[in-house]
Amino acid sequence: MDAPATYLNWNFILISIPNVVMIVGMVAVFVLALVVPFPSHSEIVESAEPQDE
Amino acid sequence: MNEVKLTPRSESSSWTLAIRRSLQRKLPLAHLLPDRQPVFVGSWVYIFGVIAIAGLIWVVASGMLLAFFGPMWWHQSSVGRFVNSLHLWSVQVFFVFMVLHLWGQYFMASWRDGRAKTWMVGVVIFAFSLVTAFTGFISQQNFDGEWIAVNAKDATNSAGIGTLFNVLNFGQMYGLHIILLPMLVATLVGVHVLLVRMKGVVKPIGKVQGGQPSNEESAS
Repeated sequence: MDAPATYLNWNFILISIPNVVMIVGMVAVFVLALVVPFPSHSEIVESAEPQDE
Repeated sequence: MNEVKLTPRSESSSWTLAIRRSLQRKLPLAHLLPDRQPVFVGSWVYIFGVIAIAGLIWVVASGMLLAFFGPMWWHQSSVGRFVNSLHLWSVQVFFVFMVLHLWGQYFMASWRDGRAKTWMVGVVIFAFSLVTAFTGFISQQNFDGEWIAVNAKDATNSAGIGTLFNVLNFGQMYGLHIILLPMLVATLVGVHVLLVRMKGVVKPIGKVQGGQPSNEESAS
């Protein structure tokens, strides 16, 4: 934990491996959220506005 | 039995009545606590915001314990170190899911249809969250915190805000971190959620109900 992180260096880009892991992980979670089907719920309605009872 | 008779007063002179009617009109309970949501809300993308709020709740709860017991506790006792870690990692959850929420709302252009205020409040929350996290790293009471502060002073001095926002002044940074900034962020998150409730969730791009935008949409 006390050792400095390993860095990737490509041209002017310099980024640590932990930061790369975080960014790739966040992109992966975002893509998964778009493609993984959400459990259906019988109470979900077509209207965009909240329903007055 | 004497009944207390209230004197009739004109509606225009009653500011409490005006505020009550305005709140009833803009924020009926059905909007504040909806039991149903539009069909397009059935996506994991809409979960990011609420996970960020859950992270914030953990941040505040663990931060209250840290503020109560103090630096000796969070550095030296095993429970203190656990709560300190809990504080750090709930901040990571808060920021990761706030950014994912930001990506989701950006790509669905959720400032549409009169929701600009909601978007702008979100932007301000993000900005103040960054300052809150920064003052938190400075307030660690270890060499890491000192290293960050000593380096950051050059940035704040070169930006011309060093005297107003002195990163080497621990009392100022700690006070901002545990009182002023958390209150600001929590209040703004409340306003953000309230604005979402008032306007409802934005429709997907291109979706127009019944062929025409609703009154609410055209009011933007």
